[in-house]
Amino acid sequence: MARWIAFLPLALFAALAVYFGLGLREDPSAIPSQLIDEPLPAFELEPIEGFERGLSHTDLVGQVSLLNVFGSWCPPCAIEHPMLMQISRSDRVPIYGIDWKDQPGAGTRWLERYGNPFVLVGDDQSGRTAIELGVTGAPETFVVDRAGRVRYRHVGVITEEIWRDTLEPMIAALEAEE
Amino acid sequence: MMRTLLAAVLGLTVMAAAWASPGPEEMMTDPVLETRARGLYAQLRCVICQSQSINDSDAHLAVDMRAVVRERLLAGDTDREILDYMQARYGDYVLMMPPVQANTALLWLTPLFVLLAGGGLALVYVRRQDRPVDEALDAEDEARAAKLLEDEGQA
Repeated sequence: MARWIAFLPLALFAALAVYFGLGLREDPSAIPSQLIDEPLPAFELEPIEGFERGLSHTDLVGQVSLLNVFGSWCPPCAIEHPMLMQISRSDRVPIYGIDWKDQPGAGTRWLERYGNPFVLVGDDQSGRTAIELGVTGAPETFVVDRAGRVRYRHVGVITEEIWRDTLEPMIAALEAEE
Repeated sequence: MMRTLLAAVLGLTVMAAAWASPGPEEMMTDPVLETRARGLYAQLRCVICQSQSINDSDAHLAVDMRAVVRERLLAGDTDREILDYMQARYGDYVLMMPPVQANTALLWLTPLFVLLAGGGLALVYVRRQDRPVDEALDAEDEARAAKLLEDEGQA
């Protein structure tokens, strides 16, 4: 048998090692959003306790905005909260909130305690709207363009770096569109 | 003492296993729909505990997804429509069995290729072993062979 055939398994192993090595850099649990470039799914949410207005998908048409999925039961949401307050105070972009799977009143108390960065908040106690949006956990933030189309989804806490390096430039680019 | 302890551990394990599947309050009244629901639960992945189907997972999202399956069954959707519904919102990954399509062709066919390639190599190797060695012995070895055979009484 030709000599070089003996090296085939080694070559195959090397090729697979490179392939898998590159693969290890990916996040296996990250599921890409199905909503990218699609219009925001239609939803109509009741207000959370003590609030007058709820949230509907039509509220996010007309300007570039952020849609943040949160819950009072979600520790990373509490970590992210100061950043949302900072964005809200700067008036850079409106943030709309979906209170996901919270007990009645829990979301309201949480916002009263920590501050309310949201222009409007919708109550998603049943979790149906979150499933419509393909939400896999909290916090998750969608970037919605002027036409009401989802352009980006950020999974996890929005940090200073993520805001500065990813979201803010994206919002500026979307505002410059059309 | 040990017996009681063992019984307690066994009991808890069984209870835990029972709780890990859809609870009695999730059972549908129509047995046909309930059977379809169970089948669909097993085909949908829990997107939080991703190695489990929504049948096995206790994550609140799995509970919600099971509820959505039941709602869609009651609304008259077919099994295919319900799976498509979830796939439209969560992507291919939400299906426990990867769909057979262009970008999963490699996933489905690679095991078959590896089996065929390995089997082919094994076959070639085994065939080679069977082939008789037809080199003639040189004179010296011929003589030694003859002498050894004589000694053994097998000339």
